[in-house]
Amino acid sequence: MMRKAAIVGVGLTKFGELWDLSFRKMMIEAGTRALEDAGIDGRQIDAMYVGNMSAGQFIEQEHVASLIVDHAGLTPIPCTRVEAACASGGVALRQAAIAVASGIHDIVVAAGIEKMTDILTGATTEALASASDREWEAYVGVTFPGLYALMARRHMYEFGTTEEQMAMVAVKNHRNACLNPYAQYHTEITVEEVMSSAPVAQPLKVLDCSPITDGAACVILAPADMAKQFTDTPVIIEGTGQASDTISLHDRPTLTGLRAAQEAARTAYKMARVEPEDIDLAEVHDCFTIAEIMAIEDLGFCKKGEGGKLTEQGETSIGGKIPINTGGGLKGKGHPVGATGIAQAVEIVLQLRGEAGKRQVNGAEVGLTHNVGGSGGTAVVHIFKRGD
Amino acid sequence: MSVPRFWREIPNRYNLIGTKCENCNKVYFPPRYICPSCRRKGQLDPYRLSGRGKIISYTVIHSPPSGFEDQKPYVIAIIELEEGPRLTAQVTDCDSNDIKIGDEVEVVFRKMGQDGDDGIIYYGYKFRKICE
Amino acid sequence: MDVGIIGYGVYIPIYRIKIEEIAKVWGTDAEQIRKSLLLEEKSVPAPDEDTATIAVEAARNAVKMAGINPQEIGAIYVGSESHPYAVKPTATIVAEAIGATPDLTAADYEFACKAGTAGIQTSMGMVEAGMIKYGMAIGADVAQGAPGDPLEYTASAGGAAFVIGKNGGEAIAKIEGTYSYTTDTPDFWRREMRPYPRHGGRFTGRPGYFKHIISAANGLMKQLNRTPQDYTYAVFHQPNGKFPLQVARELGFKSEQVLPGLLTPKIGNTYSASTLVGLSAVLDQAKPGDRILAVSFGSGAGSDALSILVGDAIEKKRNSSRRVLDYVNRKINIDYSTYVKYRQLLVR
Repeated sequence: MMRKAAIVGVGLTKFGELWDLSFRKMMIEAGTRALEDAGIDGRQIDAMYVGNMSAGQFIEQEHVASLIVDHAGLTPIPCTRVEAACASGGVALRQAAIAVASGIHDIVVAAGIEKMTDILTGATTEALASASDREWEAYVGVTFPGLYALMARRHMYEFGTTEEQMAMVAVKNHRNACLNPYAQYHTEITVEEVMSSAPVAQPLKVLDCSPITDGAACVILAPADMAKQFTDTPVIIEGTGQASDTISLHDRPTLTGLRAAQEAARTAYKMARVEPEDIDLAEVHDCFTIAEIMAIEDLGFCKKGEGGKLTEQGETSIGGKIPINTGGGLKGKGHPVGATGIAQAVEIVLQLRGEAGKRQVNGAEVGLTHNVGGSGGTAVVHIFKRGD
Repeated sequence: MSVPRFWREIPNRYNLIGTKCENCNKVYFPPRYICPSCRRKGQLDPYRLSGRGKIISYTVIHSPPSGFEDQKPYVIAIIELEEGPRLTAQVTDCDSNDIKIGDEVEVVFRKMGQDGDDGIIYYGYKFRKICE
Repeated sequence: MDVGIIGYGVYIPIYRIKIEEIAKVWGTDAEQIRKSLLLEEKSVPAPDEDTATIAVEAARNAVKMAGINPQEIGAIYVGSESHPYAVKPTATIVAEAIGATPDLTAADYEFACKAGTAGIQTSMGMVEAGMIKYGMAIGADVAQGAPGDPLEYTASAGGAAFVIGKNGGEAIAKIEGTYSYTTDTPDFWRREMRPYPRHGGRFTGRPGYFKHIISAANGLMKQLNRTPQDYTYAVFHQPNGKFPLQVARELGFKSEQVLPGLLTPKIGNTYSASTLVGLSAVLDQAKPGDRILAVSFGSGAGSDALSILVGDAIEKKRNSSRRVLDYVNRKINIDYSTYVKYRQLLVR
């Protein structure tokens, strides 16, 4: 990469049903915390990239880039809204890193925000269905959980993955979420509770699915060689990779892994000059429990088909070989769609700085984020290293 | 689903009309208008599929989107048609416990939903298990 | 007249409900119903079925058997009491779904249970006049029986489609003649925007069903100089299992002539498809040279009688498509609560 970017400040709102916080209030809260964390004045920002999937359907508002930079009091800097369904945040981060790398901007904000609870649940799931192929998937009534359920069924058929192994992902992520003050859920759950929760799209049950969440997250990027001006603990973005795949699940030759994630990971690993074994922890896109199992396979942490086993053996828990979703993941932390990709980066930064409190992974030096759009039409992977 | 958007795809939805690249012979359903392999060398013409296929994966939907509540629980599958392409569709006329990967299915013309009590009715393809 | 049947097809939904299931809910004696209606169970449409979807599958089967290019169909008429739209014809949906568009005329018919045979008569006229090469007439219904009403035991769902063309080598049967008897008799009706029909009780019998069927049958036989003995089979509109046997007796037909075309005991009354499904079942087993009298009845009221002579092409052609009994025997039984859910009788 021409000029590496470092993250010098992070901030986020609590994730959950934030009845008292509007879209604009959430953005200001996350942004202000990031500026305080970086110790900079807002007017030092040169450009903003904001990930948001569907303000149009959730709050009847488009042109959110303008709304955000306006309410941040930062006009006339350029602000760009990035949309890639649930990967909107991750892609915004990549765009910000590229902007810094290009030399055109120095201090760049990458943020993500989603306000999902102002409309009824039925309307929310309708909006989320627009991440699938409206004409040929949503039209036949497949639903989002349905798409991942189709992948889960096939993963069970090809590799013998069990519903209990998938449940263990949710159990672990809730346990981790209990240790994260920003997470939506602070209750632990058991495998039995997951197994007996109501079916949503077989084999996925209610507790296999990430929730509907409001939230905003923000990171501030600066050129790596300038980072020490802002913080003693910069975190360098060593690698970024993004890839695409067919929007429809049925157009892919395999249902048990995401080619876009594998391709994005390949690019990121190559750029960062690391291998999967070098990664100390990762925040992956567990929109459904099966998604985490496929993610750890796609990222090379285990062989294809062994994600369930690796989870069952406890290797993805804090203290295991490769802790996954120490912040609670989408399941425990919550999944405000456009904010997730940025929130994943926030967790990695806190971990690499040693600021993750009770959920700290000891000696964490290299972290990875994995953010997926829809059923895998977009995937974006970032690799981070401690900058000292 | 707006009226023009539904209407435009009627031949494809009612009669499983996809496209075939005359250059490389690959068949696409849902229809594609650029052949990803041949790109501008490709020649895509309408092509009608037979409607026979087999189940690659399936799920039972318990939490339907609006307009589908009356049908719950229903089976959705990814079906590989005999010409090669795969599609996503409901499997109808069956018990949700009675489906497995590999089952052979045939296309049927059914109601997909409607735009409320006074809007248009959406028709399209579903599949059922073949019983000879 | 030189017209014939080029092919035919039916469709019966897979679900059935036994009369015991219905009788249980209303505290009626099922055995008594069985005896008086000669009925075991009826077909129930799935939530994703309606008259259009039923008509389409029947029509596709008919085109397959006829072995014709659907683009050569010049007219499609769909007769039903339960068209999905009050305004927007079922016939155009069928035309699109069988690949007959755009060079054709189409319309929907309503004449209670005889709208299907009315479509056959129209097609016959158009073929004979040289206006079209092939016409398709369909009778299909998802009949509404009010909960607790006696009609609830019989009102079922099904469809049958007939392709009419010139009586040449490709015809499976010749239509020798047709005769209709029509009067203004309000025996059974449904007002616009009401969900269920009403009827005159016992008035629907003698002044309705019997008078019109007997008049049409006798009218046709007189015109063609035939007697009941000239016919191998007789198919009548079948609102229950009993009426067709009774009217057969009164006309001088034997029950052996009627039973092969009497499907109602197994599938209920498919209304606009009723006579045509019975006729299809007979054609599924008839031999070249057999003669069939088919007489429909539609409340309001009228009967169309058709005299049909089976031709040589039938044995080969009917192997290419699904038979009536294939659909009758392919079934899943449901209980009353599932029936209520499928018929969308629950008020939200």
